[in-house]
Amino acid sequence: MNAELLIHAAGPCVTLQDKGRYGYRRYGVTPAGPMDYQAFAAATRAVNASVAIEISLGGATLSCIGAPLAAAIVGGHFDCRLDGKKLPSACRFPLTPESLLTIRAGESGAWCYFAVDAHLESTKILGSYASHTRSGIGLRSFTAGDRLLITPLLTPPIEYERIEAQWLSENKTPIRIMLGPQQDYFSPQSLQQFLTMQWRVGAHSDRMAYTLEGEPLTHLRGHDLISDGATMGAIQIPGSGLPFVLMADCQPTGGYPKIATIIGADLGRFAQYRPGDSLRFELVTLEQAINARYLLREALSAGASFTRQDTKFSDLGLLSHNLIGGVISASDEPDQPK
Amino acid sequence: MIANTPRFLDQGEATLVVEFGDSVDPEINAKVLFLDVELNSKKVSGLQETTPSYRSLLICYEPLELKRALLIEIIEEILSKLNNFPPMLSGRVWTIPCCYDGSFAEDLTEAAQALSLPKEDISRLHTQPSYRVYMYGFAPGWCYLGGLPQALSLPRRLTPRSPTPNGAIMIGGGLSLIGTHPMPTGWYVIGRTPERLFSINRDPPFLLSPGDTVLFEKITLARFFDLERRVMNGEIIAKMADSQ
Repeated sequence: MNAELLIHAAGPCVTLQDKGRYGYRRYGVTPAGPMDYQAFAAATRAVNASVAIEISLGGATLSCIGAPLAAAIVGGHFDCRLDGKKLPSACRFPLTPESLLTIRAGESGAWCYFAVDAHLESTKILGSYASHTRSGIGLRSFTAGDRLLITPLLTPPIEYERIEAQWLSENKTPIRIMLGPQQDYFSPQSLQQFLTMQWRVGAHSDRMAYTLEGEPLTHLRGHDLISDGATMGAIQIPGSGLPFVLMADCQPTGGYPKIATIIGADLGRFAQYRPGDSLRFELVTLEQAINARYLLREALSAGASFTRQDTKFSDLGLLSHNLIGGVISASDEPDQPK
Repeated sequence: MIANTPRFLDQGEATLVVEFGDSVDPEINAKVLFLDVELNSKKVSGLQETTPSYRSLLICYEPLELKRALLIEIIEEILSKLNNFPPMLSGRVWTIPCCYDGSFAEDLTEAAQALSLPKEDISRLHTQPSYRVYMYGFAPGWCYLGGLPQALSLPRRLTPRSPTPNGAIMIGGGLSLIGTHPMPTGWYVIGRTPERLFSINRDPPFLLSPGDTVLFEKITLARFFDLERRVMNGEIIAKMADSQ
């Protein structure tokens, strides 16, 4: 049985993403993949999917055609409404063909993931569905009128359920970084400034890089570097002295000195910062970064919990009192369910 | 000085950069590519992906599976086989047809002026050397070639030009470049090849490998269109030979 997802409206940079396209960096191919892997993982695991639609601050309106689906939305605090009724910012719910789902930027967060229990009827490119719009690999950004052909997995009917996962905790503690690989391009004073300053996410931030605003840093010996490999999270300092953080769509090589790199466990949290948001960095050791990575992996394999709501989420104010309670088993692939 | 003992630099907890020097140099690049080939042939558990560039190898790995210390041990063991000789590369030699006709060489006049050369000299000089594929970068299939004659060395533009067409042959920053996907660049377009360095529906999708050698063969406009038709039909028209 076939069904379709219909995009009624989409802001800029609403794209299809899976985990990313790995193994081809050496040929100039950007991995792409989700900006916030943790939110992506929560949404896709909730409905046993491997792909999600990544929704930017521009928002999107969607519906399904042909069959009812189990759907999930996770990521930041977006304003998500089903036929005008507000949904929690991380939840799983039945999406029926007559319903309209509207996702708009809410109180916080920059990326929201929408996933359904269906196989995508599309072709993988170099082993992945991930969209990298700059190089034209994968589907382009969605626009109004786009349809995605899918085959539903026919999950038994689900309830309206809130998704809670330890790995989604949104603390505003400093973003943890490791120095390098090119910290020796900067004086100790510049390094100190970088670590102690409050930085603000700049307006020109997108899937390729986030710019940071603050007091410019000075280079010790120029800002031109012989291009070398670059990855998401690396913080480059160009001639202007203002950092830019490479994100999911970054080129596989870069020619500016990388003063520091955001650790893997904090990448998703950093991606959810919006232009105008302020943040600080905190220096950690390799051992601390690996420990944070270990804790994240443990949390991911423990799975999320799903808390049933009475019926539709009628009113956000009532929501917190509306819980029936009781944790329903997490559906978690490939890690073991609880 | 080029040491066999490289610098090991961390780019976060899951990426190790093995840096052999700080210049664009065939000998340094040869060491990068030697390590790349040897490391990937070992099938190390927890090793995910390597990206060679001019002077360093980027290694993505899962530190919860592969300890950094063990990875470095494996690398040092590989490099101990290097001795003091630059390693020989078993790369392939490609002859790539290139049309330098004015209609495909949008920036030829500008480049000739900047280089103080007659326009005709550019294709003559560009077809002389054998180039080395240093690395890919920038966009899928974009290949950076070392070995450009000094007479063709000019800095990249300060402001990027309009997007280059697929197959554009460019010069800039002392290197030559073959483009694929149209992108705005600071490089000067001096010709075009009908060959496709990257084609999703072809096996292999990428034609050249870092360490390969590239020769350019000057072709006429008529020959270009003839070869382009064959490429459209899925044929690989670049000629390939083993270097040894």
